Amino acid sequence: MANVSMLDIDGISVVYQTTQGPLLALRALDLKVEKGQFVSVIGSSGCGKSTLLRVVSGLMSVSEGSARLSGSAITGPRSDVGIVFQQPTLLPWKTVIDNVLVPIRALGLPIANYRARAEELLELVGLGKFANHLPRELSGGMQQRAGIARGLIHDPAVLLMDEPFAALDALTRERMTMELQSIWLNTRKTVVFITHSIPEAVFLADKIVVLSGRPGTKILEVPVDIARPRTLETLASPEFGKIANQLREMLGASSAMH
Amino acid sequence: MTKLKAYSVSVISITCFLLIWHFGTKWSGVPSYLLPGPIEVAKSAWVLYSTGLIFPHIGITLTQMLLGYFLGCIIAFLLGALVAEFVLAERILFPYVVGFQSMPKVALAPLLLVWFGFGMTFKVVLVALICFFPMFINTMTGLRSANPDLVDLYRAFSAPRWLIFWDVKLPSAANSIFAGLQISIVLGLIGTVVGEFLAARQGLGHLIQSSSMNFDVGAMFTSVFTLSLIGVLANFAVRSVYRKVVYWEKTTLTAPVSGH
Ligand SMILES: Nc1ncnc2c1ncn2[C@@H]1O[C@H](COP(=O)(O)OP(=O)(O)OP(=O)(O)O)[C@@H](O)[C@H]1O
Ligand SMILES: [Mg+2]
Repeated sequence: MANVSMLDIDGISVVYQTTQGPLLALRALDLKVEKGQFVSVIGSSGCGKSTLLRVVSGLMSVSEGSARLSGSAITGPRSDVGIVFQQPTLLPWKTVIDNVLVPIRALGLPIANYRARAEELLELVGLGKFANHLPRELSGGMQQRAGIARGLIHDPAVLLMDEPFAALDALTRERMTMELQSIWLNTRKTVVFITHSIPEAVFLADKIVVLSGRPGTKILEVPVDIARPRTLETLASPEFGKIANQLREMLGASSAMH
Repeated sequence: MTKLKAYSVSVISITCFLLIWHFGTKWSGVPSYLLPGPIEVAKSAWVLYSTGLIFPHIGITLTQMLLGYFLGCIIAFLLGALVAEFVLAERILFPYVVGFQSMPKVALAPLLLVWFGFGMTFKVVLVALICFFPMFINTMTGLRSANPDLVDLYRAFSAPRWLIFWDVKLPSAANSIFAGLQISIVLGLIGTVVGEFLAARQGLGHLIQSSSMNFDVGAMFTSVFTLSLIGVLANFAVRSVYRKVVYWEKTTLTAPVSGH
């Protein structure tokens, strides 16, 4: 069952129509993600990382190439992806548990059948006691964890995470990275994780994809064969350092070209 | 302690004002048919209230104001939502919005008078017209201010449009909508009085005018104070509804923070 392709992106180009004319955001991008794999995507600001997620979640169509998810072409919004945004993006007027249930509501599924699962997920992300609180009563890190629970509620085939920890302080960020690993080890979801942070990318991923500056295209793909669960010691290990350096060089070179 | 202090300052301020008013009018020799003292005003208020003479006026003013207010606000909300949601509606309505927006609506009063006659309809329509714009603009901008990520989240799960409107856009617009409701209620009261100045047989605006003909300045003052009381209460009502409806905002009116 290994090497089953979950996400199969083949030579896609994406164009935005802007006031200044068309703008090429992604160019001839390939990306393959296997079932159960954790893939980090890293690249400079504005290189099209969020655009890539918009394509996979069916919110944007490609002008060239093809994108397939679990074997079927992505033609519009679909129910088998989960999304976690850069900001927590919770509805301030709904309780935490109702926020987690938003995808169910939006999909028109019976909410009652998913309540228990929502509670389990909140437990998993450490928010069991906060189910009935309003988002403003939670810290930024807690809100982001609620966002992760929401991304998982409908048991999506793929979880897309767009710089989920970018808005957090360094300490919380480190802790959340550890927690995400344990959540992932528990669920073994296919994850596409977008980040600016090299250590975060290496720590979490099975595979790292580096994008060039705009228009974004793949300039490097590195496998990360470090045993799991990874710990704080991993950060100091030579393998970790080697991959991190390789990424740093590559990102430095690509931004030096501008 | 501090709260008590804050109140006592207000009480002192009002007492001083009344005293200055009282002795000012007494000693300056301004005739009381131009500016009555507070005691004369209080007497006249007592007469108007104890005999119940003022209540039909209050009733009619309130009715006209509230009917016009709700009519104007409901239409404004519906059109505002339509324009915010549908580009076509915006294209069709926008020129009129721009055209009407900067027009002082009371200028239309004589025309409305011709169309609707001297009755209640005239005043209700005038008030509705005056209430319309603040509510319309606030509804529209509020609905458009919804966080695009939240909208995307719903769209990514193929949520029907009405659900996005109900779950995301409407609550996002709540603050704006209530700002519109609050501006409109004040304007609505002004509109009612203007309407009653122009044509009325009852109402506080009419009472002000008829008592001015009789040089009954005390009754005028009583009506004016009654109007401001209505304004304060209406404002308060909107704000308490706001606190009930928009429960997710921290809206407990912040008491002045003081270290001691
Ligand atoms: N809605 C839009 N309309 C027009 N152009 C857009 C739009 N969204 C993004 N772009 C353009 O597409 C490019 C890629 O944007 P995208 O948001 O995917 O970048 P990103 O890699 O996610 O950046 P960041 O790391 O800063 O989030 C940007 O240069 C931006 O100018
Ligand atoms: Mg982005």
